[in-house]
Amino acid sequence: MVFRASAAISAAPQDDAVPLLKRYATDLSGTLSADQLAQLEARLEEFDRITSTQIVVLMVPAMGEGSLEEASLRVAEKNGIGRKGKSNGVLLFIAKSDRKIRIETGYGLEGAIPDALAGIIIRREIVPHFRRGDYFEGISAGAEAIMAAARNEYKADDRKDQRQGKNVLPVIVVAILIIVLVSRMRGGGGTGSGFRRGISPWMFGGLGSGLGGRGSGGSFGGGGSFGGGFSGGGGSFGGGGASGSW
Amino acid sequence: MKSRGCLIAAVVIGVIVVFVAGFFMWGVAVNNNLVTLDEGVRSAWSQVETQYQRRADLIPNLVETVKGFANQEQEVLIGVTEARAKVSQMTVTKDVLDDPQAFAKFQAAQDQLGSALSRLLVVSENYPQLKSNENFLALQTQLEGTENRITVARGRFNESVQGYNTTVRRFPGSLVAAFRGFRERPYFQAKEGAENVPQVKF
Repeated sequence: MVFRASAAISAAPQDDAVPLLKRYATDLSGTLSADQLAQLEARLEEFDRITSTQIVVLMVPAMGEGSLEEASLRVAEKNGIGRKGKSNGVLLFIAKSDRKIRIETGYGLEGAIPDALAGIIIRREIVPHFRRGDYFEGISAGAEAIMAAARNEYKADDRKDQRQGKNVLPVIVVAILIIVLVSRMRGGGGTGSGFRRGISPWMFGGLGSGLGGRGSGGSFGGGGSFGGGFSGGGGSFGGGGASGSW
Repeated sequence: MKSRGCLIAAVVIGVIVVFVAGFFMWGVAVNNNLVTLDEGVRSAWSQVETQYQRRADLIPNLVETVKGFANQEQEVLIGVTEARAKVSQMTVTKDVLDDPQAFAKFQAAQDQLGSALSRLLVVSENYPQLKSNENFLALQTQLEGTENRITVARGRFNESVQGYNTTVRRFPGSLVAAFRGFRERPYFQAKEGAENVPQVKF
């Protein structure tokens, strides 16, 4: 316990272990099927395109050391979920074996999704499904509720990509196909080797290793590029949101 | 002979001028860097204050709600109310950042309120009706969210103080810092067992 207290002071121990997300919906615990992930992905991607609000789902097998709040904040910050300056990002973070859920709200959405509302979404939308073992239903319901909450207050903001106009649909379809294919492929040959010291349980599943190479320096295509899944816009977080368990 | 002497003198003066100018410019650069870091510390501090204020604002409502269901827990309720009163009576000026004693006092009062609050939440576990009360649940979530924000704001404050202090203390920048009156700033200390949530014993 004393250890934890001192860890809190020298914040953010090692960044390497925090997954760098490439998709809106990521499941490192292997619970959701590729179809389900693709469905979530399409929905969240569309929501980002229309409203510029980035809602990202990450399910990990276990949290690793530290508290749920620390873990979730680190993921949200590292990936810069939300647009820079607006900080309109939300992370729905699930640690499966810890049976813990957190909604991490970006600064810009703290008005639209106050902590109490985030708590209600967890308790009413997500937990009942999770208790029955319906992870996909819980996550979908949670994501839909977060989207509904975010829409209430947040004004739509045109993204640059919309200049590309009418031909976006095929791009989305191709993107989803690629995502599905890639996740299928990775599902098979997951080599869990080659990790440096800070091995954290949530890395098994190999998101960082499979698509790595770009390094963990974290440079994002500011406006968010198309067809390549999720790319953070540099939103910031202040620890807002709510936690729950099932 | 004479012209050679002049030349040497000119060179020497030139070197001195360049040296002094360089030194001056270096001093200005260090100073400006310190100003930037100092502003960073202040803005991180204002976040800390905002979040503490937010917590204090939540308390009256929370206490009222708990009273409705668990009025017999007078001791805990009074503990929270008193700790809050102590916090809000404290006048926090900007000097608190330069005064380690005032800073420690501020932290002690806030930490006391924090532990009084966590005791209140532990006690409320014993009241099923309270626990299922929507109003209470909302307040509890808000309080948890605020506590988490406080942790984040404190962590960021400590980080910015660390950057500032390093620059203030490291030679030779420390010369400029001393000359311009930049002093080392206090950190938030993690209280022993501060993260320990009191255990419920039945």
